[in-house]
Amino acid sequence: MKDLSLNLLDIAENSVKAGATLTQLLLTQEGDILTFQVVDDGCGMTEEILRGVTDPFYTTRTTRKVGMGLPLLRMAAEQTGGTMEVESRHRDAHPDNHGTVVTAVFHTDHIDCPPVGDLVATVTTLIQGHPDADFYFRHTTDTVQVELDTRDLRAVLGDVSLAEYEVLQWITGFLQDQYNPQET
Amino acid sequence: MKSLAELQAIKEKMQGKVALREGSGDKRVVVGMATCGIAAGARPVLNAFVEQVNAAGLTASVTVTQTGCIGICQFEPVVEVFEAGKEKVTYVKMTADKVARIVEEHLKGGKPVAEYTIGYTEL
Ligand SMILES: Nc1ncnc2c1ncn2[C@@H]1O[C@H](COP(=O)(O)OP(=O)(O)OP(=O)(O)O)[C@@H](O)[C@H]1O
Ligand SMILES: [Mg+2]
Repeated sequence: MKDLSLNLLDIAENSVKAGATLTQLLLTQEGDILTFQVVDDGCGMTEEILRGVTDPFYTTRTTRKVGMGLPLLRMAAEQTGGTMEVESRHRDAHPDNHGTVVTAVFHTDHIDCPPVGDLVATVTTLIQGHPDADFYFRHTTDTVQVELDTRDLRAVLGDVSLAEYEVLQWITGFLQDQYNPQET
Repeated sequence: MKSLAELQAIKEKMQGKVALREGSGDKRVVVGMATCGIAAGARPVLNAFVEQVNAAGLTASVTVTQTGCIGICQFEPVVEVFEAGKEKVTYVKMTADKVARIVEEHLKGGKPVAEYTIGYTEL
């Protein structure tokens, strides 16, 4: 992946695929440490799948085809000296609080740390593709805190879709304004 | 600063239009957004379609949607165009720059851009 916003889009797509009604995209920059977290209330993973996505040796011992998304995130984080972890509670074992948390830590002062990329495009792309799912996005740095909660927008929009072009434009502007508060 | 009041105004404007567009979506543009597609550059392609379909005034007849892996990862980004009664058209190795011609010639003009389709690419 060229930048972290593309990893974020890809990992959030897993959450939507898992049937999440709410997917939280949380980026926190503190000094040279960037914590990247995707939290969802989707179906969660069984023990077996969880082992498969977190144990790098597991995949070599089985013929099951394993995806690329989580391994790519792990690689990106680890090559900066950071880490990647997955916690998950499957629906069968945890009918009332299932879901998945993917946490990656990046050392942004490391030469191999990818740029953050266009987070606004990632958020609008997710909403365009999944207007009926909810997303909470928060990006905190030493200088700004940018936030968007589709549940707040849905309360205003009623039955007008979040994927309407004008709505997506509004969301883009809403996020950009938060990144550049001095310009407005 | 963008306000929720502005969003409220958009809602009111859109509500009036909803009735107009029901049942008229006759072309569907589907962009592959699995890991392979995203890594190959599907996000700017998708956003170029959303942008240009709107600019061309085609939102009533063309819907732009996303899907997972289309299964031909080496040709990503892949875009499929569906139209009732016609064969599916598959565009491969897409870039945002190729979108303008597809919107103009195919979505507006009805004629697929042959040299962007899979049949024209070296297999
Ligand atoms: N948030 C999630 N909730 C539930 N299951 C998940 C979640 N994320 C990943 N998984 C499981 O882990 C598997 C591996 O995910 P990964 O993103 O690495 O690959 P993939 O999504 O299958 O394929 P791709 O290469 O397109 O990403 C998924 O197929 C899914 O079974
Ligand atoms: Mg995936």
